[in-house]
Amino acid sequence: MRFVFKTSYDADIRLFKHRAQAVWYFLLLLLVLATPLYFVAIGDAYLLGEITGVLILAIAGMGLMLLTGHTGLPSLGHATFMALGCYLNINLLGAGIPWIIAFPLSGLIAGLLGTIIALPVLRLHGVYLALATLAMSILTSDFVVMAEPWTGGIAGAAVPDINIFGMEVNRYSTPYKFYYLVLFVAILLVWFYRNLLRTPTGRSFTAIRDSEISARAMGINLTRTKATSFFLSATAAGLAGALFGHSAGYVTNETFDLVMSITLLLMIVIGGLGFIHGAFFGAIVVGIIPVAIANGRSFLASTFDININIPGLESALFALILVGFILFEPMGLYGRWLKIRTYFELFPFYRKDMFKRQKSYLKTDRVQ
Amino acid sequence: MSLLEIENVTLRFGGLVAVDNVSLRVEEGEVFALVGPNGAGKSTVFNLISRFYDPAEGRITFDGHDLLGHTADQVPSFGIARTFQNIELFEQATVLQNLLVGRHRHRRTGVLSNIVFSPKAHSEERRHREAVEQVIDFLNLQHYRDKMIGGLPYGVRKVVELGRALASEPKLLLLDEPASGLSVEETQDMAFWIEDIQTQMGISVMMVEHDMGLVSAVSNRVMALSDGKELATGTAAEVQSHPAVIEAYLGTGEISKTGTSRA
Repeated sequence: MRFVFKTSYDADIRLFKHRAQAVWYFLLLLLVLATPLYFVAIGDAYLLGEITGVLILAIAGMGLMLLTGHTGLPSLGHATFMALGCYLNINLLGAGIPWIIAFPLSGLIAGLLGTIIALPVLRLHGVYLALATLAMSILTSDFVVMAEPWTGGIAGAAVPDINIFGMEVNRYSTPYKFYYLVLFVAILLVWFYRNLLRTPTGRSFTAIRDSEISARAMGINLTRTKATSFFLSATAAGLAGALFGHSAGYVTNETFDLVMSITLLLMIVIGGLGFIHGAFFGAIVVGIIPVAIANGRSFLASTFDININIPGLESALFALILVGFILFEPMGLYGRWLKIRTYFELFPFYRKDMFKRQKSYLKTDRVQ
Repeated sequence: MSLLEIENVTLRFGGLVAVDNVSLRVEEGEVFALVGPNGAGKSTVFNLISRFYDPAEGRITFDGHDLLGHTADQVPSFGIARTFQNIELFEQATVLQNLLVGRHRHRRTGVLSNIVFSPKAHSEERRHREAVEQVIDFLNLQHYRDKMIGGLPYGVRKVVELGRALASEPKLLLLDEPASGLSVEETQDMAFWIEDIQTQMGISVMMVEHDMGLVSAVSNRVMALSDGKELATGTAAEVQSHPAVIEAYLGTGEISKTGTSRA
């Protein structure tokens, strides 16, 4: 058990609670920085591409986490913002704007457009908001087809390579550079996210999530704060979309479909709603499952001569995992990790119901 | 000029008149209590001041500002803080975070400055923490500082909600049944705190309360409401012995001669 003695206000403001935590995150940083070395050594960068894909998903996941996990607004339409970011990026690059400007700009414009689209539906709550955003997601592929001059329609559009001051970055020819680029964006966004959570903006988001009436009584403007959250969320999704485009190389009207929106939501639920870690844990699970299924299939085929070719096996497994999490671990993977950590920290005094949420008290006084 | 002035305010829900032509004034530095049977419209008066409801008629002014010209989220900026009858805390956040949300009206930095954690945001954050720690000291919440609200007992939640309102450094504190569900000791603590809030911090308090012990102990003036109408205003003793008040609580007849101490 560790006791942290706080002697200044900064002890609560700081990014890391104590030195040991800072050391662990520093080691994690070293690990992710050194990962490409391993792939250089084995001379095969295929898995590094998968890891980069996981990081891109995690960026989109952070966007959705801010909206759903921290502001309490579910969205089934985040693939739409990814599509916006991706196509904006392609068109801005096509217009000759350098990547270093086009990339952040495409995220910001996606955020703005997303907020404009979202403003009318922000008055909705819970499942109604989810349905409204679902409709948005369903319309996306049609809009991509309709906006053919900019999107290439059904035929699709090729994504130009990244060029940063003369340095070419391409997923296949320079996988290591692309990995570091995505990693940089991801770390930057984590830092922004952490800053948000330790300042009034982030606290006003969580206030709205937990009690709108009380948030208003504390002077928080609901519409403006929700719109801010939506903007930041859609911006992150837009940036992820732009990176996704670079990673895929070629995007069509079916790239950013409803399944992607649902996958993003599944991801953050599996990872743990309300934790930045959750976006990463969820992305890892979503990234690993297809690889694991493919490996499992070839393993069964090669050693036991069993050939499994069931269509829709991945979706079924996803669904099973999700149901399992909702039933047995509503706090997600990060919640499970917290429990394991507490178990060892307090050994042998951990109690089984330590994280059990107490029944909330009556809320009969709700106005409206 | 009084701090809070409510003049001839009427609120109707369809055919039901919840607040019927009520006028009251809360002076600077006083503790003003609203009492009355269930459904008398006490909490409704609070929700009118908080601008959760729009009155059909009447005027509400606070510190020279016309509250009816402002929305609910602008009310705290004038210096009004409130608690709720059934506790509306942010359950998935710690006590510290809850109190920090109370500081929202003193926020001076924008989203961009927050995202990059500019030096200005940093120094603002330190100021908020300092103010919140003072509230934690005042209410003896040190032990619960980093605990999630979801796991706290009812009595502590009541205190945290008071703390969140205090953290905003208000001029007027609206307490909606501060002692409901509290034990005798907790109610005494609450009484001491309300006294300190009035005398040491110079904050005016308006409260809705059923516990006449607490009301008599801390309030300067009391108003009794029934069916949305004012019955009597005066000191706690005056109001408790007022025939209209006794009738509202106990009805007419023999039984009204029995004790009125707990009104």
